[in-house]
Amino acid sequence: MTDLVAPQTPAAEAETAAKADTAAAVVIIGSGLAGYTLAREFRKLDKLTPLTILSRDHGDFYSKPMLSNALASNKTAATLVMKPAEKMAAELNASVRGQVQVERIDTAEKRITLVGGEVVPYRDVVLALGADTLHIAMAGSGADAVLSVNDLDDYARFAQQLEGAKSVVILGAGLIGCEFANDLLHRGIRSTVVDLADRPLSRLLPAPASAFLREKLEAAGVQFRFNLAVHQVVKTPDGFDVELTDNSHLQADLVLSAIGLRPRTAIAEAAGLAVNRGVVVNRLLTTSSAHVHALGDCAEVAGHVLPYVMPLMQQARALAATLAGTSTAVVYPAMPVMVKTPACPTVVCAAAPHAVGTWRVNTIPDGCDARFEDAQGGLLGFALLGSATVQKQLLTAQVAGWLS
Amino acid sequence: MKTYQCIVCSFIYDEAEGMPEDGIAPGTLWTDVPADWMCPDCGVSKADFEMIEI
Repeated sequence: MTDLVAPQTPAAEAETAAKADTAAAVVIIGSGLAGYTLAREFRKLDKLTPLTILSRDHGDFYSKPMLSNALASNKTAATLVMKPAEKMAAELNASVRGQVQVERIDTAEKRITLVGGEVVPYRDVVLALGADTLHIAMAGSGADAVLSVNDLDDYARFAQQLEGAKSVVILGAGLIGCEFANDLLHRGIRSTVVDLADRPLSRLLPAPASAFLREKLEAAGVQFRFNLAVHQVVKTPDGFDVELTDNSHLQADLVLSAIGLRPRTAIAEAAGLAVNRGVVVNRLLTTSSAHVHALGDCAEVAGHVLPYVMPLMQQARALAATLAGTSTAVVYPAMPVMVKTPACPTVVCAAAPHAVGTWRVNTIPDGCDARFEDAQGGLLGFALLGSATVQKQLLTAQVAGWLS
Repeated sequence: MKTYQCIVCSFIYDEAEGMPEDGIAPGTLWTDVPADWMCPDCGVSKADFEMIEI
Protein backbone atom coordinates (compact mmCIF):
# COMPACT_ATOMS: atom_id res chain seq x y z
CA MET A 1 0.00 0.00 0.00
CA THR A 2 2.92 2.30 0.62
CA ASP A 3 3.41 2.40 -3.13
CA LEU A 4 0.37 4.61 -3.46
CA VAL A 5 1.80 7.38 -1.31
CA ALA A 6 5.46 6.95 -2.21
CA PRO A 7 6.83 9.94 -4.14
CA GLN A 8 7.10 9.15 -7.83
CA THR A 9 10.42 8.85 -9.53
CA PRO A 10 10.94 11.39 -12.32
CA ALA A 11 10.59 8.57 -14.88
CA ALA A 12 7.27 7.45 -13.41
CA GLU A 13 6.05 11.04 -13.34
CA ALA A 14 6.90 11.44 -17.00
CA GLU A 15 5.07 8.23 -17.75
CA THR A 16 1.98 9.39 -15.86
CA ALA A 17 2.08 12.69 -17.71
CA ALA A 18 2.38 10.90 -21.03
CA LYS A 19 -0.62 8.75 -20.17
CA ALA A 20 -2.70 11.76 -19.21
CA ASP A 21 -1.54 13.31 -22.45
CA THR A 22 -2.73 10.52 -24.72
CA ALA A 23 -6.04 10.31 -22.86
CA ALA A 24 -6.48 13.97 -23.83
CA ALA A 25 -5.77 13.27 -27.49
CA VAL A 26 -7.99 13.87 -30.45
CA VAL A 27 -7.77 10.75 -32.60
CA ILE A 28 -8.83 10.80 -36.25
CA ILE A 29 -9.47 7.45 -37.91
CA GLY A 30 -8.73 7.88 -41.58
CA SER A 31 -6.10 9.83 -43.53
CA GLY A 32 -8.14 10.70 -46.61
CA LEU A 33 -9.28 14.16 -47.55
CA ALA A 34 -11.73 14.23 -44.62
CA GLY A 35 -9.21 13.18 -41.98
CA TYR A 36 -6.40 15.45 -43.13
CA THR A 37 -8.63 18.42 -43.85
CA LEU A 38 -10.04 18.19 -40.34
CA ALA A 39 -6.52 17.87 -38.90
CA ARG A 40 -5.40 20.97 -40.79
CA GLU A 41 -8.43 23.01 -39.75
CA PHE A 42 -8.08 21.82 -36.12
CA ARG A 43 -4.43 22.84 -35.99
CA LYS A 44 -5.34 26.33 -37.18
CA LEU A 45 -7.32 26.68 -33.93
CA ASP A 46 -5.54 24.41 -31.48
CA LYS A 47 -1.78 23.92 -31.72
CA LEU A 48 -1.25 21.90 -28.57
CA THR A 49 -3.83 19.17 -28.02
CA PRO A 50 -2.20 15.85 -28.91
CA LEU A 51 -3.44 14.74 -32.31
CA THR A 52 -3.21 11.23 -33.73
CA ILE A 53 -4.22 10.11 -37.21
CA LEU A 54 -4.73 6.40 -37.75
CA SER A 55 -4.45 5.23 -41.34
CA ARG A 56 -4.96 1.79 -42.77
CA ASP A 57 -2.73 2.69 -45.71
CA HIS A 58 0.52 4.64 -45.96
CA GLY A 59 -0.94 7.87 -44.58
CA ASP A 60 0.46 9.95 -47.43
CA PHE A 61 -1.66 12.96 -48.34
CA TYR A 62 -3.33 12.98 -51.73
CA SER A 63 -6.60 14.37 -52.99
CA LYS A 64 -9.08 11.69 -53.99
CA PRO A 65 -11.01 13.98 -56.38
CA MET A 66 -7.86 14.17 -58.50
CA LEU A 67 -7.83 10.44 -59.21
CA SER A 68 -10.45 10.77 -61.93
CA ASN A 69 -8.56 13.44 -63.86
CA ALA A 70 -4.99 12.39 -63.20
CA LEU A 71 -4.24 11.37 -66.79
CA ALA A 72 -5.18 14.79 -68.13
CA SER A 73 -2.85 16.46 -65.65
CA ASN A 74 -0.07 13.94 -66.34
CA LYS A 75 -0.02 12.72 -62.77
CA THR A 76 1.14 9.30 -61.70
CA ALA A 77 0.33 7.49 -58.47
CA ALA A 78 3.65 8.78 -57.15
CA THR A 79 3.17 12.42 -58.15
CA LEU A 80 -0.42 12.41 -56.88
CA VAL A 81 1.07 12.21 -53.40
CA MET A 82 1.28 15.82 -52.34
CA LYS A 83 2.94 15.18 -49.02
CA PRO A 84 4.26 11.98 -47.48
CA ALA A 85 2.98 10.92 -44.08
CA GLU A 86 6.12 12.10 -42.27
CA LYS A 87 5.79 15.59 -43.68
CA MET A 88 2.10 15.72 -42.76
CA ALA A 89 2.97 14.60 -39.23
CA ALA A 90 5.57 17.36 -38.91
CA GLU A 91 3.34 20.08 -40.36
CA LEU A 92 0.36 19.09 -38.26
CA ASN A 93 2.35 18.38 -35.10
CA ALA A 94 0.53 15.06 -35.11
CA SER A 95 1.32 11.41 -34.80
CA VAL A 96 0.43 9.76 -38.13
CA ARG A 97 0.22 6.00 -37.75
CA GLY A 98 0.25 4.18 -41.08
CA GLN A 99 -0.76 0.58 -41.78
CA VAL A 100 -2.92 0.21 -38.68
CA GLN A 101 -6.44 -1.20 -38.56
CA VAL A 102 -9.01 -0.38 -35.93
CA GLU A 103 -10.50 -3.45 -34.30
CA ARG A 104 -13.12 -1.67 -32.20
CA ILE A 105 -14.03 1.49 -30.35
CA ASP A 106 -15.08 1.31 -26.73
CA THR A 107 -17.08 4.50 -26.23
CA ALA A 108 -17.67 3.94 -22.50
CA GLU A 109 -13.94 3.64 -21.79
CA LYS A 110 -13.01 6.12 -24.53
CA ARG A 111 -10.44 3.91 -26.13
CA ILE A 112 -9.72 2.33 -29.48
CA THR A 113 -8.33 -1.16 -29.82
CA LEU A 114 -6.17 -1.77 -32.88
CA VAL A 115 -5.87 -5.08 -34.66
CA GLY A 116 -2.96 -6.66 -32.80
CA GLY A 117 -4.23 -5.51 -29.42
CA GLU A 118 -2.72 -2.05 -28.93
CA VAL A 119 -5.04 0.29 -27.05
CA VAL A 120 -5.29 3.97 -28.03
CA PRO A 121 -7.14 6.18 -25.52
CA TYR A 122 -8.87 9.34 -26.71
CA ARG A 123 -10.54 12.50 -25.54
CA ASP A 124 -12.48 12.71 -28.80
CA VAL A 125 -12.42 10.35 -31.74
CA VAL A 126 -13.38 11.26 -35.30
CA LEU A 127 -14.51 8.73 -37.88
CA ALA A 128 -13.19 9.84 -41.26
CA LEU A 129 -13.55 6.39 -42.76
CA GLY A 130 -14.66 7.22 -46.27
CA ALA A 131 -16.82 4.97 -48.41
CA ASP A 132 -16.46 1.70 -50.24
CA THR A 133 -17.19 1.35 -53.92
CA LEU A 134 -20.35 -0.57 -54.67
CA HIS A 135 -19.93 -3.87 -56.41
CA ILE A 136 -22.58 -5.67 -58.35
CA ALA A 137 -22.50 -9.40 -58.54
CA MET A 138 -21.27 -10.46 -61.97
CA ALA A 139 -20.73 -13.88 -63.43
CA GLY A 140 -17.71 -14.98 -65.41
CA SER A 141 -14.04 -15.79 -65.04
CA GLY A 142 -13.08 -12.11 -65.31
CA ALA A 143 -15.52 -10.76 -62.73
CA ASP A 144 -12.89 -10.70 -59.99
CA ALA A 145 -10.53 -8.70 -62.19
CA VAL A 146 -12.96 -5.78 -62.57
CA LEU A 147 -11.22 -2.74 -61.10
CA SER A 148 -12.53 0.17 -59.14
CA VAL A 149 -10.56 3.27 -58.20
CA ASN A 150 -11.39 4.38 -54.70
CA ASP A 151 -7.99 5.30 -53.29
CA LEU A 152 -4.42 5.94 -54.35
CA ASP A 153 -3.38 2.28 -54.19
CA ASP A 154 -6.31 1.41 -56.46
CA TYR A 155 -5.19 4.16 -58.80
CA ALA A 156 -1.66 2.74 -58.93
CA ARG A 157 -3.07 -0.66 -59.93
CA PHE A 158 -5.34 0.94 -62.51
CA ALA A 159 -2.50 3.00 -64.00
CA GLN A 160 -0.25 -0.03 -64.17
CA GLN A 161 -2.85 -2.11 -66.02
CA LEU A 162 -3.54 0.82 -68.30
CA GLU A 163 -0.03 0.53 -69.75
CA GLY A 164 -0.53 -0.61 -73.31
CA ALA A 165 -4.32 -0.85 -72.94
CA LYS A 166 -6.34 0.29 -75.94
CA SER A 167 -9.90 -0.27 -74.78
CA VAL A 168 -11.72 0.12 -71.48
CA VAL A 169 -15.28 -0.69 -70.50
CA ILE A 170 -16.62 1.48 -67.70
CA LEU A 171 -19.60 0.37 -65.64
CA GLY A 172 -21.64 3.38 -64.54
CA ALA A 173 -22.37 6.68 -66.29
CA GLY A 174 -22.46 8.74 -63.11
CA LEU A 175 -19.94 11.39 -62.06
CA ILE A 176 -16.97 9.09 -61.65
CA GLY A 177 -17.74 6.99 -64.73
CA CYS A 178 -18.06 10.06 -66.96
CA GLU A 179 -14.93 11.64 -65.48
CA PHE A 180 -12.81 8.55 -66.09
CA ALA A 181 -14.23 8.18 -69.60
CA ASN A 182 -13.19 11.75 -70.35
CA ASP A 183 -9.81 11.32 -68.70
CA LEU A 184 -9.00 8.17 -70.68
CA LEU A 185 -9.33 10.20 -73.89
CA HIS A 186 -6.05 11.85 -72.89
CA ARG A 187 -4.47 8.42 -73.33
CA GLY A 188 -6.19 8.00 -76.67
CA ILE A 189 -8.56 5.44 -75.17
CA ARG A 190 -12.13 5.63 -76.39
CA SER A 191 -13.92 3.85 -73.59
CA THR A 192 -17.40 2.39 -73.64
CA VAL A 193 -19.62 3.35 -70.71
CA VAL A 194 -22.46 1.00 -69.74
CA ASP A 195 -25.36 2.05 -67.51
CA LEU A 196 -28.78 0.73 -66.55
CA ALA A 197 -30.19 4.24 -66.84
CA ASP A 198 -31.07 5.75 -70.19
CA ARG A 199 -28.61 8.67 -70.03
CA PRO A 200 -25.46 9.98 -68.28
CA LEU A 201 -25.68 11.65 -64.84
CA SER A 202 -29.32 10.60 -64.75
CA ARG A 203 -29.66 11.38 -61.04
CA LEU A 204 -28.28 14.88 -61.30
CA LEU A 205 -29.34 16.29 -64.66
CA PRO A 206 -32.66 16.80 -66.43
CA ALA A 207 -32.92 14.78 -69.65
CA PRO A 208 -32.00 17.58 -72.10
CA ALA A 209 -28.84 18.37 -70.11
CA SER A 210 -27.88 14.67 -70.09
CA ALA A 211 -28.41 14.66 -73.86
CA PHE A 212 -26.07 17.65 -74.24
CA LEU A 213 -23.40 15.97 -72.10
CA ARG A 214 -23.77 12.73 -74.02
CA GLU A 215 -23.41 14.48 -77.35
CA LYS A 216 -20.23 16.27 -76.24
CA LEU A 217 -18.62 13.17 -74.76
CA GLU A 218 -19.55 11.11 -77.82
CA ALA A 219 -18.09 13.77 -80.10
CA ALA A 220 -14.87 13.54 -78.07
CA GLY A 221 -14.76 9.77 -78.53
CA VAL A 222 -16.62 8.20 -75.60
CA GLN A 223 -19.17 5.51 -76.41
CA PHE A 224 -22.27 4.83 -74.36
CA ARG A 225 -24.50 1.77 -73.97
CA PHE A 226 -27.62 2.65 -72.00
CA ASN A 227 -30.51 0.67 -70.53
CA LEU A 228 -28.13 -2.24 -70.07
CA ALA A 229 -26.28 -4.09 -67.35
CA VAL A 230 -23.38 -6.49 -67.46
CA HIS A 231 -24.33 -10.12 -67.59
CA GLN A 232 -20.85 -11.56 -67.32
CA VAL A 233 -17.18 -10.72 -67.70
CA VAL A 234 -15.06 -13.47 -69.22
CA LYS A 235 -11.27 -13.45 -69.25
CA THR A 236 -9.89 -13.99 -72.75
CA PRO A 237 -6.30 -14.37 -73.95
CA ASP A 238 -6.32 -10.68 -74.99
CA GLY A 239 -8.29 -9.14 -72.16
CA PHE A 240 -11.96 -9.38 -71.33
CA ASP A 241 -15.19 -10.19 -73.06
CA VAL A 242 -18.03 -8.25 -71.45
CA GLU A 243 -21.45 -9.67 -72.17
CA LEU A 244 -24.32 -7.27 -71.68
CA THR A 245 -27.90 -8.09 -70.79
CA ASP A 246 -28.98 -7.75 -74.44
CA ASN A 247 -26.49 -10.53 -75.26
CA SER A 248 -24.17 -8.15 -77.11
CA HIS A 249 -20.44 -8.30 -76.38
CA LEU A 250 -17.76 -5.71 -75.76
CA GLN A 251 -14.05 -6.51 -75.91
CA ALA A 252 -11.81 -4.63 -73.52
CA ASP A 253 -8.31 -4.67 -72.10
CA LEU A 254 -9.67 -3.40 -68.80
CA VAL A 255 -13.03 -3.20 -67.04
CA LEU A 256 -13.56 -0.39 -64.54
CA SER A 257 -16.54 -0.27 -62.20
CA ALA A 258 -17.79 3.15 -61.08
CA ILE A 259 -21.34 2.54 -60.00
CA GLY A 260 -21.40 4.31 -56.67
CA LEU A 261 -20.29 4.49 -53.07
CA ARG A 262 -21.47 3.11 -49.78
CA PRO A 263 -20.41 4.85 -46.55
CA ARG A 264 -18.17 2.74 -44.32
CA THR A 265 -20.15 2.15 -41.17
CA ALA A 266 -19.00 -1.22 -39.79
CA ILE A 267 -16.79 0.17 -37.01
CA ALA A 268 -19.53 2.56 -35.91
CA GLU A 269 -22.15 -0.15 -35.96
CA ALA A 270 -19.98 -2.48 -33.90
CA ALA A 271 -19.46 0.32 -31.37
CA GLY A 272 -23.23 0.61 -30.97
CA LEU A 273 -23.46 4.00 -32.69
CA ALA A 274 -26.54 5.01 -34.65
CA VAL A 275 -26.10 4.13 -38.32
CA ASN A 276 -28.50 4.69 -41.17
CA ARG A 277 -27.20 5.11 -44.74
CA GLY A 278 -24.05 6.53 -43.14
CA VAL A 279 -22.81 7.08 -39.60
CA VAL A 280 -25.56 9.25 -38.16
CA VAL A 281 -24.35 12.63 -36.87
CA ASN A 282 -26.06 15.87 -35.94
CA ARG A 283 -25.04 19.30 -37.18
CA LEU A 284 -22.21 19.31 -34.63
CA LEU A 285 -20.94 16.22 -36.49
CA THR A 286 -21.35 14.23 -33.27
CA THR A 287 -22.64 10.66 -33.37
CA SER A 288 -25.17 9.15 -30.97
CA SER A 289 -22.28 8.94 -28.48
CA ALA A 290 -20.64 12.11 -27.11
CA HIS A 291 -16.93 12.40 -27.98
CA VAL A 292 -17.39 10.32 -31.12
CA HIS A 293 -17.74 12.34 -34.32
CA ALA A 294 -17.84 11.62 -38.03
CA LEU A 295 -17.35 13.56 -41.25
CA GLY A 296 -16.81 13.09 -44.96
CA ASP A 297 -18.04 10.23 -47.10
CA CYS A 298 -18.86 7.94 -44.13
CA ALA A 299 -21.14 10.44 -42.42
CA GLU A 300 -24.85 11.09 -42.69
CA VAL A 301 -25.08 14.69 -41.55
CA ALA A 302 -28.54 15.83 -40.45
CA GLY A 303 -29.98 13.27 -42.88
CA HIS A 304 -27.71 14.05 -45.84
CA VAL A 305 -25.03 11.80 -47.32
CA LEU A 306 -23.01 14.06 -49.62
CA PRO A 307 -19.78 12.51 -50.87
CA TYR A 308 -18.40 15.74 -52.32
CA VAL A 309 -15.55 18.05 -51.42
CA MET A 310 -17.50 21.20 -50.62
CA PRO A 311 -19.64 19.66 -47.83
CA LEU A 312 -16.53 17.98 -46.47
CA MET A 313 -14.81 21.37 -46.18
CA GLN A 314 -17.79 22.83 -44.35
CA GLN A 315 -17.89 19.85 -42.01
CA ALA A 316 -14.17 20.01 -41.29
CA ARG A 317 -14.29 23.68 -40.36
CA ALA A 318 -17.28 23.26 -38.06
CA LEU A 319 -15.95 20.14 -36.36
CA ALA A 320 -12.49 21.66 -35.94
CA ALA A 321 -14.05 24.59 -34.07
CA THR A 322 -16.13 22.26 -31.91
CA LEU A 323 -13.12 20.12 -31.05
CA ALA A 324 -11.16 23.28 -30.22
CA GLY A 325 -13.81 24.27 -27.68
CA THR A 326 -16.37 26.35 -29.59
CA SER A 327 -19.47 24.31 -30.34
CA THR A 328 -20.20 25.01 -34.02
CA ALA A 329 -23.01 23.62 -36.16
CA VAL A 330 -22.17 22.87 -39.78
CA VAL A 331 -23.68 25.20 -42.38
CA TYR A 332 -24.32 24.11 -45.95
CA PRO A 333 -24.50 27.01 -48.37
CA ALA A 334 -25.37 26.24 -51.99
CA MET A 335 -22.63 23.78 -52.93
CA PRO A 336 -22.22 23.36 -56.68
CA VAL A 337 -20.33 20.25 -57.81
CA MET A 338 -17.86 20.62 -60.66
CA VAL A 339 -17.96 17.62 -62.94
CA LYS A 340 -14.44 17.01 -64.24
CA THR A 341 -15.38 16.42 -67.86
CA PRO A 342 -13.33 18.99 -69.82
CA ALA A 343 -14.97 17.78 -73.06
CA CYS A 344 -18.15 19.25 -71.61
CA PRO A 345 -17.61 21.59 -68.65
CA THR A 346 -20.45 20.83 -66.25
CA VAL A 347 -21.51 22.19 -62.89
CA VAL A 348 -24.45 20.86 -60.91
CA CYS A 349 -26.03 22.41 -57.87
CA ALA A 350 -28.58 19.89 -56.63
CA ALA A 351 -31.82 21.04 -55.04
CA ALA A 352 -32.41 19.90 -51.47
CA PRO A 353 -34.08 16.48 -51.26
CA HIS A 354 -37.87 16.76 -51.36
CA ALA A 355 -37.70 20.29 -52.77
CA VAL A 356 -40.72 20.69 -55.03
CA GLY A 357 -40.03 22.32 -58.35
CA THR A 358 -39.68 21.88 -62.07
CA TRP A 359 -36.78 22.06 -64.50
CA ARG A 360 -36.69 24.92 -66.96
CA VAL A 361 -34.10 24.12 -69.60
CA ASN A 362 -32.64 26.57 -72.10
CA THR A 363 -30.40 25.28 -74.84
CA ILE A 364 -28.04 28.09 -75.80
CA PRO A 365 -25.24 28.16 -78.40
CA ASP A 366 -22.82 25.43 -77.29
CA GLY A 367 -24.38 25.17 -73.87
CA CYS A 368 -27.28 24.08 -71.74
CA ASP A 369 -28.72 26.18 -68.91
CA ALA A 370 -31.07 24.17 -66.70
CA ARG A 371 -32.72 25.69 -63.65
CA PHE A 372 -34.82 23.90 -61.08
CA GLU A 373 -37.42 26.38 -59.87
CA ASP A 374 -40.29 26.46 -57.40
CA ALA A 375 -43.80 27.63 -58.33
CA GLN A 376 -42.82 31.27 -57.73
CA GLY A 377 -39.78 31.04 -59.98
CA GLY A 378 -37.36 30.86 -57.04
CA LEU A 379 -34.14 29.02 -57.85
CA LEU A 380 -33.82 25.68 -56.01
CA GLY A 381 -30.92 24.21 -57.98
CA PHE A 382 -29.28 24.23 -61.40
CA ALA A 383 -27.16 22.44 -63.94
CA LEU A 384 -24.95 24.41 -66.28
CA LEU A 385 -23.11 22.84 -69.19
CA GLY A 386 -20.73 24.11 -71.82
CA SER A 387 -20.94 27.85 -72.39
CA ALA A 388 -23.63 28.17 -69.69
CA THR A 389 -21.09 27.48 -66.93
CA VAL A 390 -20.17 31.18 -66.86
CA GLN A 391 -23.44 31.67 -64.92
CA LYS A 392 -22.16 29.56 -62.03
CA GLN A 393 -21.25 32.29 -59.51
CA LEU A 394 -24.35 34.30 -60.26
CA LEU A 395 -26.74 31.39 -59.83
CA THR A 396 -24.97 29.91 -56.81
CA ALA A 397 -25.61 33.16 -54.96
CA GLN A 398 -29.34 32.78 -55.62
CA VAL A 399 -29.75 29.23 -54.36
CA ALA A 400 -30.66 28.73 -50.72
CA GLY A 401 -28.33 26.44 -48.77
CA TRP A 402 -29.43 23.09 -47.38
CA LEU A 403 -28.47 23.83 -43.79
CA SER A 404 -28.36 27.47 -42.81
CA MET B 1 2.74 36.95 -62.44
CA LYS B 2 2.44 33.56 -60.82
CA THR B 3 -0.11 30.80 -60.66
CA TYR B 4 -1.36 28.96 -57.61
CA GLN B 5 -3.05 25.58 -57.44
CA CYS B 6 -5.67 24.28 -55.04
CA ILE B 7 -4.24 21.25 -53.25
CA VAL B 8 -7.60 19.52 -53.27
CA CYS B 9 -9.17 19.96 -56.70
CA SER B 10 -6.31 21.38 -58.79
CA PHE B 11 -8.19 24.60 -59.55
CA ILE B 12 -5.65 27.18 -60.71
CA TYR B 13 -5.55 30.83 -59.71
CA ASP B 14 -3.62 32.79 -62.30
CA GLU B 15 -2.60 36.26 -61.12
CA ALA B 16 -2.63 37.56 -64.68
CA GLU B 17 -6.23 36.52 -65.21
CA GLY B 18 -7.59 37.15 -61.72
CA MET B 19 -11.17 36.04 -61.17
CA PRO B 20 -13.37 38.84 -62.48
CA GLU B 21 -16.56 36.83 -61.82
CA ASP B 22 -15.49 36.66 -58.17
CA GLY B 23 -14.69 40.36 -58.02
CA ILE B 24 -10.92 39.83 -58.31
CA ALA B 25 -9.52 41.95 -61.12
CA PRO B 26 -6.98 40.62 -63.64
CA GLY B 27 -3.47 41.25 -62.37
CA THR B 28 -4.40 40.85 -58.69
CA LEU B 29 -1.40 39.39 -56.87
CA TRP B 30 -2.05 36.35 -54.72
CA THR B 31 -1.05 38.31 -51.61
CA ASP B 32 -3.82 40.78 -52.41
CA VAL B 33 -6.52 38.14 -52.74
CA PRO B 34 -8.65 38.41 -49.55
CA ALA B 35 -7.68 35.96 -46.79
CA ASP B 36 -11.24 34.67 -46.57
CA TRP B 37 -11.35 33.86 -50.29
CA MET B 38 -12.02 30.20 -51.00
CA CYS B 39 -11.49 27.94 -53.99
CA PRO B 40 -14.58 28.42 -56.15
CA ASP B 41 -14.59 24.76 -57.13
CA CYS B 42 -14.14 22.99 -53.81
CA GLY B 43 -14.17 25.51 -50.98
CA VAL B 44 -10.55 25.10 -49.86
CA SER B 45 -9.31 28.20 -48.07
CA LYS B 46 -6.67 30.51 -49.48
CA ALA B 47 -4.14 29.24 -46.93
CA ASP B 48 -4.32 25.78 -48.47
CA PHE B 49 -3.41 26.80 -51.99
CA GLU B 50 0.12 26.18 -53.17
CA MET B 51 2.25 28.00 -55.68
CA ILE B 52 3.10 26.22 -58.90
CA GLU B 53 6.29 26.92 -60.70
CA ILE B 54 5.70 27.98 -64.29
